[in-house]
Amino acid sequence: MDLQAIWFFLWGLLWAIFFMTSGFDFGIGTLLPFIGKTDEEKRTMIASLGPLWHGNQVWLITAGGVTFAAFPLVYAVMFSTLYSALMLVLFTLILRGVAIEFRSQQNDPRWKRIWEICIFIGSFAPALLFGVAFANIFKGIPFDADGIYHGNLLTLLNPYGLLGGVLFVMLFLQHGALWLSIKTTGTVQQRAAAVGQKAWPVLVAVAVIFLAASWYATDLYANYLNHPALFLVIALAVAGLLAARLFMAGQSWIKAWAASAVTIVSCTFYGVIGLFPSLFPSSLDSAFNLTARNASSSPLTLKIMLVVVIVFVPIVLIYQIWAFKLFGSKVAAADLAHEEGAY
Amino acid sequence: MDVVMLSRLQFYATSAFHFLFVPLTLGLSWVVAYMETRYVRTGDETYLKMTKFWGKIFLINFAVGVVTGITLEFQFGTNWSGYSKYMGDIFGTLLAIEATAAFFLESTFIGVWHFGWKKLSAKAHAAVAWLVAIGANLSAVWILIANSWMQNPVGYTIRGGRAELTDFFAVITQKFAVLQIIHVLSSAFVLVGFVIMGISAYHLLRKQNVDFFTRSFQIGLVCGLVGSLVVAIEGDLHAKDVTEKQPVKLAAMESLWETTRQAPIYLLALPDEENGRNAIELLPIPGALSFLGHGDVNAEIRGLNDFPRDERPPVLWTFLAFRGMVGLGTYFILITIYAFIRRKKLLESPLLLKILVLSIPLPYIAIQLGWVVTELGRQPWIVWGMLRTADAVSAVSVLQVATTLVGFFLIYSLLGIVGYYLIFKHAKQGPQLESA
Ligand code: HDD
Ligand code: HEM
Ligand code: HEM
Repeated sequence: MDLQAIWFFLWGLLWAIFFMTSGFDFGIGTLLPFIGKTDEEKRTMIASLGPLWHGNQVWLITAGGVTFAAFPLVYAVMFSTLYSALMLVLFTLILRGVAIEFRSQQNDPRWKRIWEICIFIGSFAPALLFGVAFANIFKGIPFDADGIYHGNLLTLLNPYGLLGGVLFVMLFLQHGALWLSIKTTGTVQQRAAAVGQKAWPVLVAVAVIFLAASWYATDLYANYLNHPALFLVIALAVAGLLAARLFMAGQSWIKAWAASAVTIVSCTFYGVIGLFPSLFPSSLDSAFNLTARNASSSPLTLKIMLVVVIVFVPIVLIYQIWAFKLFGSKVAAADLAHEEGAY
Repeated sequence: MDVVMLSRLQFYATSAFHFLFVPLTLGLSWVVAYMETRYVRTGDETYLKMTKFWGKIFLINFAVGVVTGITLEFQFGTNWSGYSKYMGDIFGTLLAIEATAAFFLESTFIGVWHFGWKKLSAKAHAAVAWLVAIGANLSAVWILIANSWMQNPVGYTIRGGRAELTDFFAVITQKFAVLQIIHVLSSAFVLVGFVIMGISAYHLLRKQNVDFFTRSFQIGLVCGLVGSLVVAIEGDLHAKDVTEKQPVKLAAMESLWETTRQAPIYLLALPDEENGRNAIELLPIPGALSFLGHGDVNAEIRGLNDFPRDERPPVLWTFLAFRGMVGLGTYFILITIYAFIRRKKLLESPLLLKILVLSIPLPYIAIQLGWVVTELGRQPWIVWGMLRTADAVSAVSVLQVATTLVGFFLIYSLLGIVGYYLIFKHAKQGPQLESA
């Protein structure tokens, strides 16, 4: 593989890791009003992601930064054509970020209620919008040779785009429910486990419809038909789904969560492989497509960035896994009590 | 208003707001790590209380700093896509390195620090505080290298209609960046010094938790004093570098219209941009500007009228901002030296304590003014001498940018009000809750 192709797949990998890690944060935030009935239950739920969500979110910043560094033209055109959608993601992420910190600062039910709503919106909306955005990218975005967008926010809300949104929401819901099952006990865990099991058939149905709709709405399958071995990626996504169901039945939550992570990563790669070599296809004319070939940085920049990523990403993974382990045990009542105002 | 003006306004509003929180994070991260280390070394419970009290202010401030930072990261693509296409090869690289090498460090370990009190040994927990400080300050280093490159582009070549990197080492070691990094990091120490001194003075005036706040005050005093001296001495070197690399910016900072030898600094001046001269010029210090720019009272300084009109920055604001920053810098030195002399008799110096409470906003203002000098003084260029701001903007509609500008205004007002309300409340309450 040449540098540009390597970067194309690293780009996909960073988005995949972002979805895999922040995915459960989004899922838990979306479930907050449904699973958490009492204040203590809500605090338990927030405590299950409290120490980790922040580091998870940096994968988004890195995915964005790497898009900028390795494919500046894609960064410029993607972010400006999707202006309104991205700004919406941004506003809701801002609300979520401060809400997690602010909620515990005052012991007043109305105060807490406001920030809980912000956590919900800031988790549900980005999950939906990332799905809508990626599905539209698979489909192609109406932009011309100068990178000018011929559409508006509603253009993105076509049936295929919305289907992508629903798929992401469901993937993250299940992912979050499984993380909660790992991290909690008692009623919260029972409810989370029940959500995970009820969500599963819906997720499978949405995933199947999405795979089928992609056949009609996108060109994703061209690469697969040329290299049938690639269908293994789809098989992996399916295997992840099935394994998650099995492990849920056996109440092995960590394994079920890992299976769900495999599904999320392989779903992302399903799209990324189908896109190759385009990162940002145009629906007006494929000649306008921004690809790994025509939109990348100079070879020197790609080399320097490769060294940076090869050195730093493993280090980051090591200390993030360490942090995951450190906070891997069940959230205990003592955790909630001892740090006043922490959750 | 057109898209360029709206986007400039939006970028200014969002970055200035981000930078209300950043410097406190930068400075306080070191101070909290220091306090916790003292606790581990001495076992003195007061240091633990100090760590928790100042640490909580740090955490609230940090939360707002982070969410507003993400905005900036997105905006280069959403609003300045012309810029991103032209500069991404170099600028994007620096931002991506910032994320992988620094943001992960601070963001992962801030969670560990916040929630890991019971999970880690005291030593390991203190070590985590240092990792957070290193991560936060490292991120500043990278973003400032990126900003310096826009001020003084080096190590590139123009190829295929864009700037491409040729010498990475030159980019990350250039003098402009080194000066800017020292200036910003030391100004963060000035800020944290005044914040700690001010809050401590508030409680000392009321004779609450005297031991706790006297000790905190001493730490703040050292930060404030050393920071003020470094920022001024180094600021002078910074100005000499600007004279060399951005002569028109220097002329605007000093409102010098005609090229002059032995250029003076007028203590009172008011630029008149229409007519290319000063409306008021009083109390000259002969040769001072030549000395400031070149270290030689006889040196020649180029005036604004030597440059075409469409290459001059807005003179009035650049000039006023520079004056304001330097004036405040002088005040910081004087007041911290006085506080140092009175450091053993704080409780008998109510006037000093009152002045210090009222001084809390001043370093914030100085820092904002500093950025106005740097960024407004760079106009009309987005990248000095290479790309004009007007050519850098995205092909988005006025309506889109106007809507998001209003959105930012609303959301940031909420963040600012709630964030500072919580910090105020906690600062006023003092550490008695934990000590009870
Ligand atoms: C990494 C680059 C970078 C960094 C660290 C900063 N800026 Fe900046 N600034 C820009 C990159 C930039 C920019 C993208 O280049 C802008 C947008 C439009 C322009 O001309 O420059 C800009 C504009 C801009 C303007 C408006 C100038 C005008 O359009 O008239 C001001 C006053 C500031 N910034 C102030 C700040 C503040 C308070 C910062 C503290 C965080 C800051 N800048 C950091
Ligand atoms: C205009 C360019 C800038 C961009 C694109 C930018 C981007 C960001 C982003 C994405 C974050 C969130 C990181 C996280 O989640 O941990 C952040 C936070 C931070 N940024 Fe910036 N930033 C800019 C300007 C600056 C400057 C000039 C400095 C320092 C001199 C700085 C220092 C910091 C620090 C210390 C944080 C940590 C959080 C906090 O502020 O409390 N940033 N920035
Ligand atoms: C006392 C004498 C001071 C001098 C001579 C001085 C000098 C300078 C100069 C020349 C610049 C512009 C550099 C450029 O255009 O790129 C600058 C920027 C700046 N100043 Fe100062 N300064 C002083 C004090 C202060 C103080 C007290 C603070 C804050 C506490 C401060 C904060 C800043 C900041 C944040 C910037 C923007 C970042 C940068 O370009 O470094 N300065 N200063």
